[in-house]
Amino acid sequence: MTLPQELEQKFSEIIGKYPPEYKKSALVPLLLYSQDALGKITPELVNEVARRVGVFPLQVEEVLTYYSMLHFPKPMGKYHVQICTNVSCQLTGGPELWELACKRLGLGHKEVSADGLISLEEVECIGACSWAPAIQINYDFHHFVTPEKLDELLDNLRQLQ
Amino acid sequence: MLFNEPSPLETKVLTRRFGLPNSDTVDSFLANEGFAAFRKAVTMTPEAIIDEVKKSNLRGRGGAGFPTGMKWGFVPRNSPKPKYIVVNADESEPGTCKDRLLMQYDPLQLIEGMMISALAVGAKRGYIYIRGEYRYLIDIMDRAIADAYAKGWLGQNIQGTGFDFDVFTHTGAGAYECGEESALLESLEGKRGVPRIRPPFPAVAGLWRCPTVLNNVETFASVPSILLMGGEAWANLGSPRNGGTRLFCISGHVNKPGVYELPMGFNLMRMINEVAGGMKGGRHLKAVIPGGSSCPILKAEECDIAMDFDALKAVNSMLGSGGVVVMDETTDMVKVALRIMRFYQHESCGWCIPCREGTLWLKKILTRVEAGMGQRNDPALLHELANNMLGRTFCPLGDAAAMPTISIVEKFRDEFDDYIRRSPMASVAEAETEVPVGV
Ligand SMILES: Cc1cc2nc3c(=O)[nH]c(=O)nc-3n(C[C@H](O)[C@H](O)[C@H](O)COP(=O)(O)O)c2cc1C
Ligand code: FES
Repeated sequence: MTLPQELEQKFSEIIGKYPPEYKKSALVPLLLYSQDALGKITPELVNEVARRVGVFPLQVEEVLTYYSMLHFPKPMGKYHVQICTNVSCQLTGGPELWELACKRLGLGHKEVSADGLISLEEVECIGACSWAPAIQINYDFHHFVTPEKLDELLDNLRQLQ
Repeated sequence: MLFNEPSPLETKVLTRRFGLPNSDTVDSFLANEGFAAFRKAVTMTPEAIIDEVKKSNLRGRGGAGFPTGMKWGFVPRNSPKPKYIVVNADESEPGTCKDRLLMQYDPLQLIEGMMISALAVGAKRGYIYIRGEYRYLIDIMDRAIADAYAKGWLGQNIQGTGFDFDVFTHTGAGAYECGEESALLESLEGKRGVPRIRPPFPAVAGLWRCPTVLNNVETFASVPSILLMGGEAWANLGSPRNGGTRLFCISGHVNKPGVYELPMGFNLMRMINEVAGGMKGGRHLKAVIPGGSSCPILKAEECDIAMDFDALKAVNSMLGSGGVVVMDETTDMVKVALRIMRFYQHESCGWCIPCREGTLWLKKILTRVEAGMGQRNDPALLHELANNMLGRTFCPLGDAAAMPTISIVEKFRDEFDDYIRRSPMASVAEAETEVPVGV
């Protein structure tokens, strides 16, 4: 499998972080950065990563299915909306944001819009408890989110398309 | 811009550089006492460094509060194997959001702490394991690391001292269990994040079975100021046996939630009323989770307490990771208990049965109580089930799930009973509610 040049560069940078005999350590980072660059993890990618770190594809799948940010075989949307409802957010309006997002987007937990643009996930604590309720859209944090702010953020996603 | 206004009651030691411009550059760091502690440490023997850390009474900020100097002392320095420094930046304990700031606003302080630890145990390589959601922090750390290499503060023969040290970031990909030290090491080796049996502890057989120092971000970030101030002076900032300051993450029903650096032993009521601006809407305090969701809950009347490891242990709770979750009188404790259990059930790695099955059944029972279908015996069942998990799981995640549940059921039993009184299932006989043996 040929990778885009930028990702190829990232691959060598990541693999270079570990002693050659332990390059298996690169497995999860390679998958996560690939998912970000390619939008999804495919069986071809699994094979490619297996080849790069010197393990069987099945071993890659074994690891892959453990981590909640790695989506396989079903990818998430281009914009992945993650709403925290864990305890600090629960106390400050997280569950209300979650319901609002479900209704607005017509999506449930880990569902993707038909056009593949937006997906939704109820997530565990994202490390923003003192600025709750908090959400993440892809890797961007949004703090002290109100229903109005959430509406606005979701509107923007549609326009970004 | 800082995330929240600082409080005049703070003691700024670890956070003293927060808000300075270009904080990810060596130049800015050097202009503000940066690497001064490292310069001091290179002139000291490893024993002297460890001694200073012991004197500081620094206790691990990741949750368990283990004395850091003692942990470093367990590393067999004469072992022929390479030694590693590993930073736990997985920060996933609900209520906790401080490591994020330490990396964002002072990434080089963390690196300096790692370097000093490396001098103390003879390590030449360090990894910072950062949770995957913190991608922007990985980028900040990578920039700071690159600048340190460019200016000769990492790599070979650092500043002509003859000391070599390399640092790398490593991304996680979403798993609370990977914050547990042995699961973190498995994950860093490219495997599923499942815990290891101990002993041997990481100090003896850690990353790639080599001697490894593994500490929380804040623990490492504390080390430079310990060397600069001297262990004793640093210890005196806090309470007896609980040295220094720590970053408390105050969240929930307060007017000014935020992360504040306060001396160990700071009174919890003062924290709520004076530092965090008091209760929102003037409502009454009901309960506080003092150190992240794994810690047994405190009722309002228990909150006039010094926030240090020993004082909280004395009331059967824990200081944990510094996540102080404040709840007012409107809080529904059944809903809180259920949300916390949904978390632990989701995050249980499934490796050992008491944790995997225990969290699942606790979640099921809490779900039916909250849904108005609770049975008379449910509170007792929750209590018994959680008690049976304690101390019987492979890693402490099982305890972390059981402890808050036990405390919430015990301290807020009437709220569970209220739910159950309204339930059409309330009168179901106890025999039918028993969890069948062998399921
Ligand atoms: C389930 C579980 C999750 C944990 N998560 C974290 C974490 O996210 N960050 C952390 O520093 N320690 C975490 N810990 C504690 C670590 O196992 C370990 O004790 C700590 O990183 C050691 O560093 P310290 O001595 O500096 O606290 C966790 C422990 C358990 C049992
Ligand atoms: S509980 Fe929502 S960010 Fe921590």
